[in-house]
Amino acid sequence: MEPIVLTYQVDGEDFSAAGEASSSVKKTLKQLGFSPDVIRRVAIAMYEGEINMVIHADGGEARVEITQSTICIILADKGPGIKDINLAMQEGYSTAPEEVRNLGFGAGMGLPNIKKYSDELKIDTELGVGTTLTILINT
Amino acid sequence: MKLSKVCELLDAEVLCCEEGLEGEAKSACGSDMMSDVLAFVKDQSILLTGLVNPQTVRTAQMMDMKCIVFVRGKRPEDPVISLAADNGITVLATNYRMYTACGILYANGLFSEGADKV
Ligand SMILES: Nc1ncnc2c1ncn2[C@@H]1O[C@H](COP(=O)(O)OP(=O)(O)O)[C@@H](O)[C@H]1O
Ligand SMILES: [Mg+2]
Repeated sequence: MEPIVLTYQVDGEDFSAAGEASSSVKKTLKQLGFSPDVIRRVAIAMYEGEINMVIHADGGEARVEITQSTICIILADKGPGIKDINLAMQEGYSTAPEEVRNLGFGAGMGLPNIKKYSDELKIDTELGVGTTLTILINT
Repeated sequence: MKLSKVCELLDAEVLCCEEGLEGEAKSACGSDMMSDVLAFVKDQSILLTGLVNPQTVRTAQMMDMKCIVFVRGKRPEDPVISLAADNGITVLATNYRMYTACGILYANGLFSEGADKV
């Protein structure tokens, strides 16, 4: 199968729309016939990453590269960056403000969830420049 | 448990995808924190929540859940219901509070799958 590349702009202003990219990827993977387990892992990992771009980084860009054997999700933003990655990876650690928590996010489980559902997770981040997550899932 | 039974036990109103009531639920999950829901994939079929923003529907969708029950009399706005309808997710609304709604389902045999401790 020829690699398939999907790209999306994730709007940082619109919390309601967060998850549209992940939803679209999920539908595409279903059409392509990937297994429900793989599709769910991709969907959850990407969705958590997409939400993070909206609540922590004012939006960004999502790129998904699909081959028969792997699905690679690249989430790039120009947000504030992550000061301490080890801390950010801890379950329950969150800098999300109260209003985000009232919307159901900010439990500090996003990055741990992404790690849990992916086969590889790489975080490139620089304070004041932005963050890029590269999430790899073997099919 | 059939979703129609869930609806009946919770004295719930069906907000969309009534045809889904014929479906079966294996287990359920109650939470207002979406990341907590996303953390445990266990074939839950129902999400009980008091949160009415579109992300409850997105969360259910990512988790392949069939039904959302809005508790404590909360009613989502129309776009949220449409989003659920587009994704074939049955939406119910009950006036019971979270604790009671979960308790009623549990007491009637809808258990959480497997060991439920983290
Ligand atoms: N894209 C991002 N840009 C800047 N900071 C981020 C980003 N993603 C995560 N973080 C930081 O890492 C923390 C932990 O993230 P996460 O585990 O998803 O929990 P939550 O989103 O619930 O706060 C966040 O609270 C935030 O401080
Ligand atoms: Mg998060």
